[in-house]
Amino acid sequence: MKAVHIVTGTAVPLDRTDVDTDQIIPSDWLKRVERTGFEKGLFSEWRDDRDFVLNQEQYAGANILIGGLNFGTGSSREHAVWAIQQYGFDAVISPRFADIFRNNCTKNGLVPVTVDADFNAALMTAVRQDPDLEITIDVAQLTVEAPAAGLETTFPLDASTQERFLEGLDDIGLTLRLTADIDDYETHRRPWLPATGPR
Amino acid sequence: MAPKTLSEKIWDRHLVTAGIEGASDLLYIDLHLIHEVTSPQAFDGLRISGRRVRRPDLTVATEDHNVPTENIDQPIADEVSRKQIETLRANAAEFGVTNYPMGHPKQGVVHVIGPEQGLTQPGMTIVCGDSHTATHGAFGSIAFGIGTSEVEHVLATQTLPQSKPGTMAITVDGELPEGSSAKDVILAIIGRIGTGGGIGKIIEYRGDVIRNLSMEGRMTVCNMSIEGGAKAGLIAPDETTFAYLEGREHSPTGADWDGAVADWLTLPTDPGAEFDEEVVLDGADIPAHVSWGTNPAQVMPLHDVIPSPDSFDDPGLRDTAARALEYMGLTANTPMRDVAVDTVFIGSCTNSRIEDLRAAAAVAEGRHVKDGMRTLVVPGSAQVKAQAEAEGLPEIFRAAGFDWREPGCSMCLAMNPDKLQPGERAASTSNRNFEGRQGRGGRTHLVSPAVAAATAIAGTFATPADLD
Ligand code: SF4
Repeated sequence: MKAVHIVTGTAVPLDRTDVDTDQIIPSDWLKRVERTGFEKGLFSEWRDDRDFVLNQEQYAGANILIGGLNFGTGSSREHAVWAIQQYGFDAVISPRFADIFRNNCTKNGLVPVTVDADFNAALMTAVRQDPDLEITIDVAQLTVEAPAAGLETTFPLDASTQERFLEGLDDIGLTLRLTADIDDYETHRRPWLPATGPR
Repeated sequence: MAPKTLSEKIWDRHLVTAGIEGASDLLYIDLHLIHEVTSPQAFDGLRISGRRVRRPDLTVATEDHNVPTENIDQPIADEVSRKQIETLRANAAEFGVTNYPMGHPKQGVVHVIGPEQGLTQPGMTIVCGDSHTATHGAFGSIAFGIGTSEVEHVLATQTLPQSKPGTMAITVDGELPEGSSAKDVILAIIGRIGTGGGIGKIIEYRGDVIRNLSMEGRMTVCNMSIEGGAKAGLIAPDETTFAYLEGREHSPTGADWDGAVADWLTLPTDPGAEFDEEVVLDGADIPAHVSWGTNPAQVMPLHDVIPSPDSFDDPGLRDTAARALEYMGLTANTPMRDVAVDTVFIGSCTNSRIEDLRAAAAVAEGRHVKDGMRTLVVPGSAQVKAQAEAEGLPEIFRAAGFDWREPGCSMCLAMNPDKLQPGERAASTSNRNFEGRQGRGGRTHLVSPAVAAATAIAGTFATPADLD
């Protein structure tokens, strides 16, 4: 994972609640065994509509996606995060993310920015009024701000996730440092716990 | 010691290292289930970094999402699906993981095979790259869906860094009305708490209605925890649980069985333990339900009329409702019983176990589906299929005009040949009614197996009682 300190750029306002991962990347795209090439599948069913916000020229080149409440609900498909990232987004802002989606974001360096509903609505309005509005997300300070619109707030990220973002650390590598603890845990698992495979 | 909830007890048992100063806990994983869709990039990751699977003996794979439900002796026609299946087989062989391929007597939907083989037991931690992993919580275990990066993490380390979720108790008291089932209970619950109601929490389902459910019914309830946003859902183990488990392939035996049961009896939530949030429903208020919209919280009693967007106070909900009605091609205030259906799907990890098929067959017996109705009955696993055959269910379904299929995810999601066409309307026993979930432009209504079967016969939404 690449280190992320600051995300600066413009945003796309996707003003819908309950945007589920089946919409973010329809299931046909999940048949791929590769990890790249998902940008074309992003919101592919909605993109057929010329007025869909991602098709609007004023938002071209944006690298921040602003969503509504319950963003990323539904299936566990990490492909949803890959599609958003590969399309060119570095951060997603929402008042509330679904758990698995949020976890998947943090594994891939896509910054999930949880803000309160009023701030989210104000930011959406500001972006609609000025699509060139510059937004800055600072992972070290845990702040998001759009100075030209007079908007500024903080967002939560637990200490270990924040450190992984800032250092670009590999989760598995970090856990493998604790191999001795895992070995130790395994010596006192309950004896009847099942093992897979044919009996 | 302070009283603890069921989920807190299981969590604490699995701590490899406790997170300090805001860091995550490192949780040991007892069982890792794998399928073809969310695993290829994880195995790739292992290969790239030269890592092995730490515990192939705690890992099991099966093929479910892409498999066709007809002509399974032939190669999969869709080239991309075939490649994904072949990739799983190659990865399982290379890394020493047991895989149950299409056509194998133990193959099936991943959340159906774990319990039926006795791999799912109380007090465990279970993960799968699939959001319906909470199904296994029916046995009193913490089971949750993970993404592909986390699949790779579990493969490599048999652990996961996790921050501890909150707790939520949902109590369903009393008794259900005649004709209402576990599916109706969970639809009513999601309608109550909303799609985000459980976010960041593990739900414990309790109360007389839950206690009186069979293991199949409990799995149906836990299965849809994710539709309420929850990380997991679980039910305290009891005699029903033990009776289901005893004698299964991977269940403990002899002295181990006695030790296990004694241990499992210590798991239920202690008296006085506190939940972050509590919700109470009365079973008597839960008649047969059906979803009317495009998210699983948009549900209503089947005997009601389709709600009007104006009936929602919240402007966001009003907009969402209006958009949903438009997508679904429905008019507010129409009685749901007047809405015609062209496809009926009985299957998925929510409702494809033997009890579900029995419920549908009981309605189908001696009747016939409406002319022109497309119907699929898809057992959840090869073992469910074999059991159904032993009970003569396929004959009942066929005589009634239902199409009896091979096990797999089938029309639950549009990844295999079973799909809705644009504008088609399905009564489906699956768990998601999102736009396009069952095929681009398709319209999904979530229902119980009995309602699905009755609807296939009536041609419009119906309960079995409506058929008489
Ligand atoms: S049956 Fe449906 S919900 Fe269950 S695992 Fe398969 S696709 Fe997912």
